[in-house]
Amino acid sequence: MATGPELPEVGAGADRVPELDLGPLGLDGGGHLLLDHALAGLSPGSTLRVVGGDPHLAVHLGAWARRRGHRVEGSLVVRGDAGDRRLVGAERAGTPDRVAERAPATWSLAARGAVIEQGAPPLVGADLDRREEVWTELAPKLYAQAAAGQWDPATAVDWTPPHLPDEVEDAVVQVMTYLVENEQAALAVPARFVGRVHPHFREVVQFLATQLADEARHVEVFTRRARLCGRQLGVSGAGGRASLQTLLDEPEWPVAAFLLSVLGEGTFLSLLSFLERHAPDHVTARIAQLSLQDEARHVAFAMGHLGEHLRSDPALRHRLAAAVRRRHDVLARTAGLSDAVHDALVVLAAGEWSQEAISRGWAQVARLQEEMDDGRRRRLVRLGFATTEAAELSALHTRNFM
Amino acid sequence: MSPPLLMGAVAYDPKVVTIWDGFRHWFADEGLDFDYVLYSHYERQVEDLVAGRIDAAWNSPLAWIRTRRMVPGARAVAMRDTDRDLTSVLVVRATSTIEQPADLAGATVATGAVDSPQGTLLPLGLLEGVDVEVRRFEVGVGLHGDHVGGERDAARALAAGDVDAACMLDANHLLFSQEGTLPAGGTRVIAQTSPFDHCNMSVAGDHPLVDRFVALLLAMDYADPAARPLMDLEGLTRWLPGRVTGYAALEAAVDRVGFYDPKGAITADGYRP
Repeated sequence: MATGPELPEVGAGADRVPELDLGPLGLDGGGHLLLDHALAGLSPGSTLRVVGGDPHLAVHLGAWARRRGHRVEGSLVVRGDAGDRRLVGAERAGTPDRVAERAPATWSLAARGAVIEQGAPPLVGADLDRREEVWTELAPKLYAQAAAGQWDPATAVDWTPPHLPDEVEDAVVQVMTYLVENEQAALAVPARFVGRVHPHFREVVQFLATQLADEARHVEVFTRRARLCGRQLGVSGAGGRASLQTLLDEPEWPVAAFLLSVLGEGTFLSLLSFLERHAPDHVTARIAQLSLQDEARHVAFAMGHLGEHLRSDPALRHRLAAAVRRRHDVLARTAGLSDAVHDALVVLAAGEWSQEAISRGWAQVARLQEEMDDGRRRRLVRLGFATTEAAELSALHTRNFM
Repeated sequence: MSPPLLMGAVAYDPKVVTIWDGFRHWFADEGLDFDYVLYSHYERQVEDLVAGRIDAAWNSPLAWIRTRRMVPGARAVAMRDTDRDLTSVLVVRATSTIEQPADLAGATVATGAVDSPQGTLLPLGLLEGVDVEVRRFEVGVGLHGDHVGGERDAARALAAGDVDAACMLDANHLLFSQEGTLPAGGTRVIAQTSPFDHCNMSVAGDHPLVDRFVALLLAMDYADPAARPLMDLEGLTRWLPGRVTGYAALEAAVDRVGFYDPKGAITADGYRP
């Protein structure tokens, strides 16, 4: 029973009852709050005298009490027990500061730690409800970082169009065309899972929501850069899209997160860093830098929850490795990264249309691919893969990078 | 084996399907073979109860009175806790000079629909002998006032200054004041009826499952998470045994306006449910 206020008692002997004076407050103006509060401190069957100056108090008191399962005898309210019975069998949805091992569907959308009145339909579709498969202790911190790190494309980037040689601008446009479709996939994959994570793990849901917002921004800025100098967009290669489709087809959350965020976005960290360093213009450099910060969070989150998942379920490692091999087999007959994208990276890094610059760009792209491989192997080892298996899996990763 | 107990209810709102479909499943879980049919108005429900086409009827107070007139042995076997001791009020604007019902002579009084016990028939009893023009707001005729729209329109007419007084249930005066249909502090209650009772579960025959049906209703517990949402929708916290002591004022009102004759035939002028 809730604690009620100290109320004066009026009357004499056995007729003494607590009295609530509502003053001028009517039940049509919030007086019921004082009444509820006063009744909360009484046991069912107890009486409370209600007095006040509102001219409608007598009319409204009976109507109000009837609806709530109390009785009224003149100015006396006889407390009913409907409010207490409403919460029979209620339980708390865990505790606010610690996630449960498993969140039951009956906790539904309730805040973590809330009192759950029984009787609502269970939450449908939130099948990612076990701590081990979704949670990481990093989630609250990464979500806070993500919320603080949201940037506005309109103000974070100086959109003054650069003046590049035609060949270099064409290369930038082709790379942007490639980035947009990859970011679309990076948006679509977590979007398919965010509604399946039980809201009890709210920081995970919140983080994924920021990830979606991040990817939406990336789609925007890469599109805007592609169109900045009035060019048409470049080519979307069939092999690249086939590779991305395999990410969308992956039904299992940890596997999808592994392929997308650890291997794909992990590889993109190298690519975006490369673009930031070798961009031929300030806009490309800036949007690569901003996107890189976001992608680094996505990779850290995936590394966090997969690391904790693998500690509780080491067999998951075999499923992850099998997924890489399966994806490689599916994509074996596709081109992977299109020549157009590869060559555009070379020209972009070259920054000018000359033999010397192209030679330099070629070497830098070759070095990029080595960096990508190094990064993938390092992350795989951190997830507990043996060095040799990490090297093998990194080599099998899609040639499309994402 | 007994045939299922078939109950009638009036579909005054889409939630009626949710309520009685839910109760039907609840009764099934308790082992009672129960089904329901919906009516578009109370008159046909009463006629079907009297004809034995249904075994029980979730009746308005006016429907109960008609049932009793057609079948004197009919019984009210259960009612909601919220069906007991309601009152209706006669309301004027706070700025009005009208102090008591007699002051309304020659004035216009807004009511609910012609067949609303709480919005029309009972509160007009407060004006017996006073010559007033009654402006009825005929929303949901045939639903016996279950649709609150008529009373709300009457309240709006009062707030707008179109009428001098309006009739409504005490709980609806509270509701309209809370929701702002009536301005805060903008009205004054000049008369209140004596307490009366509202709906009841009526039976007119002797279906063998009636006793079990009533026992289950009375045992329905607000602590039961399967029943509570349905009880909330139906507006009760517990079922109580039926009582018939709270309908005398409505009986008198029915006779006063000639709504039904002593045998239960509809005699109300212009009443077309």
